[in-house]
Amino acid sequence: MEPRFELFTEEHDAFRVSARDFIQREIAPNVEAWEEAGDFPRSLYERMGELGLLGLKYEEAYGGSGPDYLADAVLTEEIALCGSGGVAAGIGGHKDLGSLYVYKFGDEEQRKRWLVPSIAGRAIGAFAVTEPDAGSDVAGLRTRAVRDGDSYVLNGQKIFITNGSKADYVVVAVRTGAEGYGGISLIVVEKDTPGFSSRRIETVGWRTSHTAELFFDECRVPAENLLGEQDKGFVYIMQNFQWERLIMALGAVASAEKILEMGISYARERVVFKRPLAKFQVWKHRFADLATEITAAKALTYHALRKFVAGEDATREVSMAKWLATELDWKVSDEVLQVHGGYGYMMEFPAQRAWRDSRLGPIGGGTTEIMKEIIAKTYGL
Amino acid sequence: MQGELAVRTGCAGIMRAMSTTGAIRSSIFSPEHDALRVSVRAFVERELAPYAEEWEAAGDFPDWVFTKLGEQGYLGLAFPEKYGGQGGDYISTLVLKEEIARCGSGGVGMAVAVQTDMATPPVLEFGTEAQKQEYLVPAIRGTKIACLGITEPEAGSDVANIKTTAVRDGTDWVINGSKIFITNGCRAHFCTLVARTNKEAGYGGFSLFIVPTDTPGWKVSKRLHKVGMLSSDTAEISIEDVRLPAEALLGVEGEGFKQIMWELQGERLVGTAGSIAGSQLLLERCIAYAKERKAFGKPIGKFQAISHRLAEMATEIEAARALVYDAAWRFGKGEYPVKEISMAKLYGGLVVNRVANHAMQIFGGMGYSMELPVQRAWRDARLIRIGGGADEVMREVIAKTMGL
Repeated sequence: MEPRFELFTEEHDAFRVSARDFIQREIAPNVEAWEEAGDFPRSLYERMGELGLLGLKYEEAYGGSGPDYLADAVLTEEIALCGSGGVAAGIGGHKDLGSLYVYKFGDEEQRKRWLVPSIAGRAIGAFAVTEPDAGSDVAGLRTRAVRDGDSYVLNGQKIFITNGSKADYVVVAVRTGAEGYGGISLIVVEKDTPGFSSRRIETVGWRTSHTAELFFDECRVPAENLLGEQDKGFVYIMQNFQWERLIMALGAVASAEKILEMGISYARERVVFKRPLAKFQVWKHRFADLATEITAAKALTYHALRKFVAGEDATREVSMAKWLATELDWKVSDEVLQVHGGYGYMMEFPAQRAWRDSRLGPIGGGTTEIMKEIIAKTYGL
Repeated sequence: MQGELAVRTGCAGIMRAMSTTGAIRSSIFSPEHDALRVSVRAFVERELAPYAEEWEAAGDFPDWVFTKLGEQGYLGLAFPEKYGGQGGDYISTLVLKEEIARCGSGGVGMAVAVQTDMATPPVLEFGTEAQKQEYLVPAIRGTKIACLGITEPEAGSDVANIKTTAVRDGTDWVINGSKIFITNGCRAHFCTLVARTNKEAGYGGFSLFIVPTDTPGWKVSKRLHKVGMLSSDTAEISIEDVRLPAEALLGVEGEGFKQIMWELQGERLVGTAGSIAGSQLLLERCIAYAKERKAFGKPIGKFQAISHRLAEMATEIEAARALVYDAAWRFGKGEYPVKEISMAKLYGGLVVNRVANHAMQIFGGMGYSMELPVQRAWRDARLIRIGGGADEVMREVIAKTMGL
């Protein structure tokens, strides 16, 4: 049997069934309450660790079951269907950022210290690059780490850090060298380190995830917390961005599919002018447009994923998929809110949440404008 | 919607129009309108804007906003002096909506628009002298708050599907049914209500009523929570054997649909004008931010991707506003430009939402944070494409005016 989309094997299909079952049984029913509370419990990480869901990309030596990026892609698509963008973000910030950085750039000692408990769901990770004055402009970051004997001393500030106020450890991008992209390093800061503090920021969507501002004030960490080589951080970040953006595209496509389904089923039920909305040409055609666009975005995303897992340079395709899929996810949500009419604007209906949650896609993980800038560069522009 | 067209000419003249003096019109605003704008803007900045954050967080704003606006005469700008109004024209009420939108909380402007341009104009146009004294005069003073009851769970865009009935019992009327998405519904003292009085008569089977909300059987069954316009209250109303005297009928029995279609034109215009004014404010904030925010060593406004987008946003706002002003000018003169009003609402709503969406993108992560008002403008803006006739209804009306 040919793998689906030349990607997924029968094992992946079986895994999808069990992941979906877990997510629909143990996450989805709690979403309303978690959204109301603006948080989800830490025990979800532990539960996912128990089920082996946080170690798909890592070898058995660390407690993982991989490495299998495709299985992780499947999990990402399924989590996007849980109904809460914040839960997906909170899990993603851990499995695709915090712990992945430790795995990719850390040594054995560091992997034992942070990756192993991350895979087990006992430690939550985060990754911090954005600063108040350096969002899209990664090379402009200013948080400084100065080597002092066996330690680094950090001073500065980060913002919009997913899991920032919940994480047990944060991989922080800091400036250890000269201005520009050549002077950046990655240093792990643990939660209770003196001089490190965080403040949660309320956001219009992703309300179950922690988005935080981080402060470093004479924050001293051991030199062995440096991931990889000093001053190589920019390259590391650019490398991992590819996976982060792929994950965002995969989640966005899955989410768009689900939201469109929600819109279509509402349109079938809602009767105006004596017939279901779904029977009006304007809605039929709009749904047809959206379905076509989703199918195209999915094909592009899978194309990028194929190149990525084959180890090819997928920068162009990943950047294309990221902006196209995340913009589309929001566009679909916006249309589905519209088909719900007044009910779409009400908090009791999930359409407004999809609309708020999906709006982050074109902003986070590199804005649409940055994606286009990267794409243009790949054409020598 | 056919009904909407049927009354295109029927209601000409019902708006008091200020006669235009010159043959050439460079602006719909006279020096008096400009002076009004200056004083409303000062009032809004002093009395409303400082509380916007507080009201948004509370999901409500206090009733004194109505009385204070009433004291200033702002709730009666386009109403005759003999009812306590200012005797001004339609354009003056438009100025009010544009300026209130600048307070930063869309819900306040919406609540005021319901009071001045939705629930009360039918009282002036179709009401008896006694009804005007009882409801219009205090509404202009701001001591009685009004709401408008059209939409029902099964009748939003499809107004003709209204199921709330008013049945005669002796000389009384007995009303049963429900209404939904009623702005000011939780706090209103009276409701201008549409009910079906004759099941067989089609569009001719609707009538308007004025219902005091303390009438037994009238109940706010739910306060609805919205994603935007948080400071305005939105109610679901249940109406159970509400008994009203014959005098509660507003205007002529069976004329309700026509009356409401006329009301909706004014509602759409001021709603869109307010929305565009909010959009203008947002654009101003975006421009200021683009000049100040630096990335890659220069202000983001120096990047073409941003500067061209801002240019496009400004152009679209200008075009949408021109469309609204043109329709408002004609409506104010007593014309009934349904096509232009529908176009103004459709296009204005789309523009306002595009602008809000671009604004969030330009502000990036800051835009998504609850600590800046960008996300609020983005949430507030979304309603104009739904309320007062959704985009799809506007397109339908426009298509009909083209014989389709």
